[in-house]
Amino acid sequence: MSMQAETFKSLVKVAAEQVIASAPELTSLDQAIGDGDHGTNMKRGCEAVLGKLDSISAQPLDEALKMIGKTLVMTVGGASGPLYGSFFLAAGEALSHDKHLPEDLADVFGSAVNAVSARGRSHAGEKTMLDVLVPVLETLKTAAGQPDLIERVRATASEAVERTAPMLATKGRASFLGARSVGHVDPGARSSCVLVQAVCASLEGGQ
Amino acid sequence: MSETVGIVIVSHSLDIAKGTADMVRQMVGSEVRVAFCGGNPDGGLGTSVPSIIDAINDAWSAKGVAILVDLGGAETNSEMAVEMLEPARRDHVVVCNAPIVEGAVMAATEAAGGSTLAQVKAVAEELSAD
Repeated sequence: MSMQAETFKSLVKVAAEQVIASAPELTSLDQAIGDGDHGTNMKRGCEAVLGKLDSISAQPLDEALKMIGKTLVMTVGGASGPLYGSFFLAAGEALSHDKHLPEDLADVFGSAVNAVSARGRSHAGEKTMLDVLVPVLETLKTAAGQPDLIERVRATASEAVERTAPMLATKGRASFLGARSVGHVDPGARSSCVLVQAVCASLEGGQ
Repeated sequence: MSETVGIVIVSHSLDIAKGTADMVRQMVGSEVRVAFCGGNPDGGLGTSVPSIIDAINDAWSAKGVAILVDLGGAETNSEMAVEMLEPARRDHVVVCNAPIVEGAVMAATEAAGGSTLAQVKAVAEELSAD
C-alpha cells in the first residue's frame, strides 16, 4: 500500500471512530431539537464505512471518496445520509475531474459543500451542518498554504459549531420547533465539527 | 386498460407506510401499483435509500412513479434514491409535496383514471396549497 493510501486509510478510520465515539452526544443534541436519531444514524453509517475500509482504501482517492459517500447514503437512514453522502460523492467527483490534492483542497471541499447545500436546499445561517462546513471552507481558502492551516481550521470549526446555538432553525426537523430551537447547538453542525477535528488530528499525528 | 402511474409510500414507520398502502388499496382498488417502505436499515424508525429504490422498482410503470413521504429525512432519502436509479427511470419519478395519507389516496385516485405523472403530482400537491 502506498504512503498516501496508508495515510488516507488511517484518516478515515480515525474520523469514523471519532463520530462513533460522539454518537451519544449527537443523539442527546438531536433529542433536544430534532428526532433524536442523529447519533445512531451516523454511528451506523460510520460502522459500515469501517467494515469496508480495506476495499475503500484500495481504490484511487476519487473512487474511495465516492465509495464512502455511497456507503453513507445506503446505510445512515436519516437525512444526514444523503447530506454527508453527497459531500463525499461530490468530493470524489471533483477529484475525478482534474482536481488534485493537496493543492486544490479548497476547490474540492467547495464542491462538496455546494453539494450539501443543493441536497438540503439550504445555506449557512440556517442552523445546519453548513454552519460549520462553510466557515471551514472560508478558512481553507484564506489560509491555504499557511503553516498554521490545520490549527486555523480546527479553531474555525470549534467556534462555528458554538455559533449555531443562538441560531433559529429554519431547515429540517428543528424548524418545527421554531424559537424553541434557539439555545441548542445543532447536531449536524456538531457531527461536521467532529469529522473536521478528527481529520485535522489525524493529519497532525502524521506530520 | 393502459398502464397507470405507480405510487410509492415512504414513511419513517413501516406501520404507517403499510397502513397508508392498505387505505389506498381499499379506497382506490388494485389497478394502481402501490409499493411502500419504512424504517431505517436496522429496522428502527427512519428511512432507507436501498428500500426506497426497491419500492420504486416494485411500483414501476412506464407512466412513472409518484412518491409520497412523511418527514424531512424521508424526502431527502427519496430524492437521493431517485438519483441512484438507472438513468432511463430517473426522469419518470417525482417526490410529491403533500401529506402522506391524503396525498397517497388522492394521487392513486388520479392515477387510476389514467392521468399522467404531472397530473398525479399536481392533484396530490393541491392538498398542500393554501
